[in-house]
Amino acid sequence: MSINVQFFASLREQQGKQQVTLEFTRPITVLDIWSQASDGLKMPNNTLCAINMEYVKTDAVTNDGDEVAFFPPVTGG
Amino acid sequence: MPAILLDRVFNPWDEIQRYQTEELRSGLYGATASFVGTMRDFNIDEKVSLMTLEHYPEMTQHFLNELCNRCLKDYDINNCLIVHRFGDIHPGEPIVLTAAWSAHRVQAFDACRNLIEELKSHAPFWKKEATDKGERWVHDDLKP
Repeated sequence: MSINVQFFASLREQQGKQQVTLEFTRPITVLDIWSQASDGLKMPNNTLCAINMEYVKTDAVTNDGDEVAFFPPVTGG
Repeated sequence: MPAILLDRVFNPWDEIQRYQTEELRSGLYGATASFVGTMRDFNIDEKVSLMTLEHYPEMTQHFLNELCNRCLKDYDINNCLIVHRFGDIHPGEPIVLTAAWSAHRVQAFDACRNLIEELKSHAPFWKKEATDKGERWVHDDLKP
């Protein structure tokens, strides 16, 4: 299964990349995806996660073709 | 009840007038409530010369559309509008407009307040400021 991973704002800068595509042989949680995508960097405590543009917790399980995003607390408005 | 994302300067009062004229029947509403957020030239005791507003385009549009839909269901209003900038913004320029139209003021005020509070709490935007001491993410307290 293929997962499109995106990083935004300060997380994008820390990771040194905005997007990466990962391949897995079984369903995997958002936290596991972070581990695979972030080259060993620990996830900051207040990181927000989304699957297909909906907020989720880190134990949410992904499916083939999902887009998973990681970003810091939002500051719009 | 659109949510509009713009990468250019906009005039919030023109947006209200345009939307009201094009989308609302005269006589239908008795109250219009609006909020405009404008960029300051200072923040946390430092002078700010430029702010870059990053967003997650698809999710931001999706979130703001759903926010407008929920607002129409949850409040007794005729219509609502969100306009939000992204990209480079200079001091004095509007960042965001929320507006709600209703028969009466209480629902218009409440709906408008809900729009901006929900947007600020959940819409995926991130502010980066340019100050005399360099660039910084706003409220960026990420510590691995």
